Amino acid sequence: MNQENGSALTETVRLLCRTPGGPRFGDVLVVGGGISGIQASLDLASAGFKVYLIDRGPAIGGRMAQLDKTFPTNDCSM
Amino acid sequence: MDRVAGEAGDFTVTLLRKPRYVLEEKCTGCTTCVEYCPALCPDAFNQGLSQSKAIHIHYAQAIPLIAYIDDSCLYLKERKCRICEAVCKNRAIDFRQKPETLAVNVGAVILAPGFEPYDPRESGRYGYGRLANVVTSMDFERLMCATGPTEGEIRRPSDGRPPRRIAWVQCVGSRRVTPGENRYCSAVCCTYTQKQVILTKDHDPEAACTIFHNDVRSFGKDFERFCERAARLPDVRFIRSYVSIVGETAGSNVVVRYATASEGVREEEFDLVVLSVGMKPPAEAARLAERFGIALDPSGFCRVDPAHPLQTSRPGVFVSGAFAGPMDIPESVFAASGAGARCGELLSRRRGRLARERVFPPEKDVAAEEPRVGVFVCHCGANIGRVVDVPATVEYARGLPHVVYAQEQLFSCATNCAKEITAIAREKGLNRLVVAACSPRTLEPLFRDTLREAGLNPYFFEMANIREHCSWVHSLEKDAATRKARDIVRMSVARASRLEPLKEFTLPVHKAALVLGGGVAGMTCALSIAAQGHLVHLVERGEDLGGLARRLHTSLDGMDIPARVRDLAERVYANPRIRVYTRARVVSAEGYIGNFLTRIASDRGESEIRHGATVIATGADLYRPAEYRYGQDGRVLTLLELEEAIARGEERVLGAGRTVMIQCVGCRNAERTYCSRICCSAAVKNARRLKELNPAMDVCILYRDMMTYGFREEAYREAAERGVRFIRFEPERPPRVEAVAEGGASVLRVVVDDPVLGRTLAMDAGVLALAAAVVPAADAPEIAGLFKVALGPDGFFKEAHVKLRPVEFATDGVFLCGQAHYPKHLPETIKQAYGAAGRVAALLANDTVVASGAVCEVLERRCIGCGSCIAACTYGAIRISETKAGPKAAVNPVLCKGDGLCNAKCPTGAIVLKHFTDEELASQIDAAADAAASETLNRKAG
Repeated sequence: MNQENGSALTETVRLLCRTPGGPRFGDVLVVGGGISGIQASLDLASAGFKVYLIDRGPAIGGRMAQLDKTFPTNDCSM
Repeated sequence: MDRVAGEAGDFTVTLLRKPRYVLEEKCTGCTTCVEYCPALCPDAFNQGLSQSKAIHIHYAQAIPLIAYIDDSCLYLKERKCRICEAVCKNRAIDFRQKPETLAVNVGAVILAPGFEPYDPRESGRYGYGRLANVVTSMDFERLMCATGPTEGEIRRPSDGRPPRRIAWVQCVGSRRVTPGENRYCSAVCCTYTQKQVILTKDHDPEAACTIFHNDVRSFGKDFERFCERAARLPDVRFIRSYVSIVGETAGSNVVVRYATASEGVREEEFDLVVLSVGMKPPAEAARLAERFGIALDPSGFCRVDPAHPLQTSRPGVFVSGAFAGPMDIPESVFAASGAGARCGELLSRRRGRLARERVFPPEKDVAAEEPRVGVFVCHCGANIGRVVDVPATVEYARGLPHVVYAQEQLFSCATNCAKEITAIAREKGLNRLVVAACSPRTLEPLFRDTLREAGLNPYFFEMANIREHCSWVHSLEKDAATRKARDIVRMSVARASRLEPLKEFTLPVHKAALVLGGGVAGMTCALSIAAQGHLVHLVERGEDLGGLARRLHTSLDGMDIPARVRDLAERVYANPRIRVYTRARVVSAEGYIGNFLTRIASDRGESEIRHGATVIATGADLYRPAEYRYGQDGRVLTLLELEEAIARGEERVLGAGRTVMIQCVGCRNAERTYCSRICCSAAVKNARRLKELNPAMDVCILYRDMMTYGFREEAYREAAERGVRFIRFEPERPPRVEAVAEGGASVLRVVVDDPVLGRTLAMDAGVLALAAAVVPAADAPEIAGLFKVALGPDGFFKEAHVKLRPVEFATDGVFLCGQAHYPKHLPETIKQAYGAAGRVAALLANDTVVASGAVCEVLERRCIGCGSCIAACTYGAIRISETKAGPKAAVNPVLCKGDGLCNAKCPTGAIVLKHFTDEELASQIDAAADAAASETLNRKAG
């Protein structure tokens, strides 16, 4: 998205936001519950947005949860 | 994820929820069902190295910590069994569950599906799947892990013996043109292998570790030192060679063939071979692309424009993490914050309408009660439990004074255990809690919330660190470690009994940001914060915006850098929410999160700026070489000067018969133990450009390890194919440059020892370009001092946590991005700048922030007004004020960081650091010093 249609978009969003949503109305959908999806969800939630976080597995954590430690500090991955 | 309709601001996404066959609200995660389930299946979380059951919990610390039933269930397959239903006391099993379709309406989407580890079976070359003792690096992670199939004892699959001779094979599935493998570099494998080597040696100091590698790409922050640490360990060999897996011996050892310059082709036997597998696009990439209507790049990752690295080809759909290409955890984390910022820009008007606050029960007043301490001792999987006798420690804790309850837990940090702590605290009327587990640095906030949930003041909590301080450092002395764990617990209980309730402060947030540095990082960050609805003050020390990028012309990924920088600057100047200060200097900085006050001297004169957040994006400088005749001979340039000369079309450069480039000038040496990350790509970029403009030119790059990680690998390969010569040198024998008089002319001669050919090469260069290191900006120490943030060992700004807090400082409210953090490529800088903007917006979106209650307080009666505390405080938190009883010190609790320096200086003991009072600490020390006394007390209490 370049800047010109970026500002047009903001305008569309502004209009759309005037209409209240139903119970399944959120702000952002995050696809993937690994470290990146979790961080994005946390940031958006603390910035005041309602987030849906979905993952295809039975728990969040992603690949990082499978790691024993992380470089270069050898901190625990959990 | 099934269907996507709509447009940015108004997407309707249809989701398909697979049945768990377990009712989430009823399951307690007790795992009784798992015990009784008769259907075994390979445990995917453990890479199939161990067996799991059809009903199981994904992993020990899983969130949510509830069971689920997978396809191997006998009932789901053959309508038999249903044992789990019978044994579940909570009636949480529900086989009637059906896949559920639900539609959600959202304004924006972030795609973060991650990556798939490369499966070596795809090439069939490595014996993986055929030879028992060939494993992938992901398998090896599980083999090392306390929660893995071998409970943290490294054992090889064939016979369960601990392997003594272990080989790592690098670039499996990466940097290869062979069918079934990938051409790009996966960027993380070199360093994770070094980590695995270091951890292997921790597990078994006798293990002999061999790494068969190509270039060692230690291009990230602190990687070079980490690599040296691995290489210095005894019995660790780094061998630069391609390998082939020959087969296995009768004893299932793996035979590896390799070649070195000195010894030729050799075969060697290893007990275990670890394949350092790279990253592939996630399995569902193609489906996601189709459903969302987004473009993928030829290797199957999400296609991004290097100038807009967080957005997909569809407006309103953003990308973060390794779906956009191989990257490490810090980059995934700041890309996530950055993608959040991009959503915030789009949706800033609806912020706060749908969110809800977490509500805690009211706090009970327990000040008058006798201490009733509860102790929870964590196994941390096997991290603690393998070394420390946890049940014995619990038993010991039960006998300590004031302890009314003690128990063990597998993972105290898991959701169910935290809930258990809350429930028990209520049930047993506990008013002080001790969790004996890991370092308070990461998890203390979590447990404090646990207390809040129980209606207790969060400061009635003490963490006994029996992992970092005990089980990890005494892994070979189990008895002694258990004794030490008891000592630590006894000390913590003593302190916990004396803890006092403290109040935290709520501070208003001034909704403006100060961004220091007007380069690409600063401008990108400022624009994003402004687009999210906040005022920004952008402060640049130079005359104009643009920073170092103004000197760049092209990039490997085809970004038109001058146009990009111009566009950013124009948008910054045009933005009504951004105020630009050029030729600016920070005169003074005071304040704290939410309420900073900074004085700036600039073209606008002196300005006093109030702001709630600070971003340091002050960039980096370039090293001025003192070697290779730079500055003495006009033909010797830096790479950046070469780039500028090419852009100007200088004939002496374009017409040169030969251009030689020398890499790693001024870094990766004793003085600067880091890699400047960007220079190898810059060399390839300029070499390619020179070959384009003058195909007859001989271009040689003298390098140590080519750091063209990720998709830059393709450009490296292409340059080699176009005839650019890459000649490696050993750091012990760097190239020599001399000016030789020949036939009346001065010839610039470069001499280098080629370790591959085993010969010394001499070449005469028309132009010599030096890859000068990226060094910390000269004013970094001054800025660090002003804003009370730290610098790392290399002089770059030091983030709060290398992995999980890569764009913020330990000092609250101060953030960083760009080359001030570490050298990086422009797309990485842009991502990090958005990342910082996302974190800033998350702060400024709130009207208030909460500050710690563990701060200093003056007992006026004892204060003699001498002022030594003021000199000791680095935060300017103490002032002398006149009182009726004379001058007395007073602490501003909001500025105080609770470091306690003033306490130590005060001659009359008039300053108290709350939560670390003399009484609390002395009780801890007494408990440490006098085990016997404690035992006596213990008996009395009993």
